[in-house]
Amino acid sequence: MAATFKGGFHIRDYKELTKDIETHALPDCDVHIFPMRQHIGAPLKAIVNVGDKVTVGQKIADSKEFVSAPVHSSVSGTVTDIKPYFHDSGTMVDSIFVENDKIYTVSDSVRPRDYKTMSREKILSVIRESGIVGMGGAGFPTHIKLSPKAKVDYVIVNGAECEPYITSDHRYMLENADDIIYGLKVAMKVLGLDKGYIGIELNKKNGIESLKNSNEFEGNIHIIELKTKYPQGAEKQLIKAVTGRHVPAGKLPSDSGAVVINIATSVAIATAFKTGMPAIEKNVTISGDAVNKPSNFRVRTGIPVSFLIEQACGFKETPQKIISGGPMMGITQYNLDYPVTKTTSSVLALLHAQKTYDAEAPCIRCGKCVEHCPMRLMPLKLAAASKKDDLETAERYNVLECIECGLCSYICPANKNLLQHIRMIKPEVMKKKREESVRNGK
Amino acid sequence: MENNYIMSSSPHIHTSLTTTKIMRDVIIALLPAALAGIWLFGAHAALVTAVSIASAVISEWIFEKITKKHVTISDLSAVVTGLLLALNMPPQIPLWMVAVGSAFAIVIVKQMFGGLGKNFVNPALAARCFMLIAWTGAMTVFHEPLTDAVSSATPLAVMKDGVAGAVPPLMQCFIGLKSGTIGEVSAIALIIGFIYLLVKRVVSIKIPAVYLASFAVLTFFFGKNIFDAEYLLYQILTGGLLLGAFFMATDYTTTPTTPKGMVIFGIGCGALTFLIRRFGGYPEGVSFSILLMNLASPLIERFTVPKSFGNRGGALN
Repeated sequence: MAATFKGGFHIRDYKELTKDIETHALPDCDVHIFPMRQHIGAPLKAIVNVGDKVTVGQKIADSKEFVSAPVHSSVSGTVTDIKPYFHDSGTMVDSIFVENDKIYTVSDSVRPRDYKTMSREKILSVIRESGIVGMGGAGFPTHIKLSPKAKVDYVIVNGAECEPYITSDHRYMLENADDIIYGLKVAMKVLGLDKGYIGIELNKKNGIESLKNSNEFEGNIHIIELKTKYPQGAEKQLIKAVTGRHVPAGKLPSDSGAVVINIATSVAIATAFKTGMPAIEKNVTISGDAVNKPSNFRVRTGIPVSFLIEQACGFKETPQKIISGGPMMGITQYNLDYPVTKTTSSVLALLHAQKTYDAEAPCIRCGKCVEHCPMRLMPLKLAAASKKDDLETAERYNVLECIECGLCSYICPANKNLLQHIRMIKPEVMKKKREESVRNGK
Repeated sequence: MENNYIMSSSPHIHTSLTTTKIMRDVIIALLPAALAGIWLFGAHAALVTAVSIASAVISEWIFEKITKKHVTISDLSAVVTGLLLALNMPPQIPLWMVAVGSAFAIVIVKQMFGGLGKNFVNPALAARCFMLIAWTGAMTVFHEPLTDAVSSATPLAVMKDGVAGAVPPLMQCFIGLKSGTIGEVSAIALIIGFIYLLVKRVVSIKIPAVYLASFAVLTFFFGKNIFDAEYLLYQILTGGLLLGAFFMATDYTTTPTTPKGMVIFGIGCGALTFLIRRFGGYPEGVSFSILLMNLASPLIERFTVPKSFGNRGGALN
């Protein structure tokens, strides 16, 4: 029996569009754009100036704050501009423009390191200096994730890849199996664990085989087969499936003794030690029914998405929606100019944006949102409370636990926009709680 | 913006399931019982069904036109109400009564309270009870199947009060060769329809299973004939129990959405049905039981909110 959690739903995944397509490298792109915000944490400052020459793997932006991760150039060339530019979060972010000299001179700082002989602190510092963050999309700095305050007894590589369409992690499993396990071993050493886990949904059987056949595969690496079901790759649901534990409300995963890292993150860690190259490359899936040739690319960060679309032979027709990320949690984009960052795993272009909202249709109380909610919440109650600005009811029904996976909106036969209503009231409830705790503190 | 791509909050895909498709599946699931009733009771049963559906749809359309609301007859929910009510009618009931009852279900029970999803009791059941009180005579005259003969009593009444009349063999009850309402007589047709609903995942088996199980346990141990399996089977296969458990107690709007709430709802229905059939003044109690539990649903739901993921505790404690 495949491991899983209670709730969830199998969504048609469209992965057949790209899962068998090998990643290939791209031709040279003239200008790379590096946003100085590719992580969660303190903002970065540019450490290069316009006119400077930079090399591949050279650090170009950093911060003195602990909760941050530096950004590196993925090409060699000249810094031509530093200015606010499009970012897939929808806001303008200060970005460094590098004109590619197409020689790809590698920085002197890039050299292999042997993690086995290094101390825990030294390994963490290499991970930080390599700019490694949660590359599944969250962007949380990995060196912080790997230094939890609580005692941890599980480290899990997240190979669920439960979002429809995306196959970039699947390709890593097939093409970089050694690196995935190598990265996991580094994490095990940092956390002082002698066992490591990789959770993979059963729709990627060849990915599981590939990892088991890897030279790095040993007896202390456990591959956990997961039921193919959305949102199996959500951190808390993955921890439940692998360890049987429920991360308590309002706590971090490490409070339940588990640390989860993404497949791409694991590969980035391996690369940072094997070759010394920081996080400047990423598998990106380009898919959706508007794309002529759905593809997987091994992308140097900073390439504008419009360039990737060209490489996928362009659009059949003008799409209605461009999505950065998956169709369930991704963010819609208003243009194709934004660059690939460390957290970009896919770009989807959909010809016919499905109507996901119907103002007319009433809730018929079918209970499907309750039945399938992976956090065991009652989305119908939360959305109703949100419409009435009823913060107390929303709080009583645990609105802050919502992980915004979108399954309630997906499954609703009345096409109610449940998640959007929940999103609207969440910050209000958070604010109320903060105010209460301040008042109680006095 | 040059491209005018649609910007929206996630998710960006949606299931193909719609309210209308759910209603269509319920109609399909009710068809075997309706067709069996028409075969057993003849043309008048077909007329009752047609009038009931037509009256439901037309009264919904008129009400929504008068109140200047969005017309919702295309969601098929009025058809479901009309069909369900018809299945609860004695086969020879005058058509005008059916028309009034069906309009009552839609206008008074459903639309007056806000329309689809807002009614607090099942419209078809409420209308049936209204008709039972308004026209007790016409609502309690039942005919023998495949003949025009008026039956003296339904099998349940015979078993309960020992009134004159014969109880048909079990197998006949299973197929539907007995007196009763249009839709309740054929157990096999109801079961086929219910399996369709389960396969299509329109309803969960929880409420019907708990309803039937709790009713069966109570009847077996505390019924008129205790420890009598044959009596128990008669109790289950005759009357409106299967129709009620499969198609009325599973109505979304008037039942709890929480897993534990569904169990409590089912137990409540089972216990009330048993109590009414065993000790009440009526031979049948399915409609009243479900209606009473409908009223209790909001309260049940309130007290059975599932423990959220983050409050379930884990191995760590």
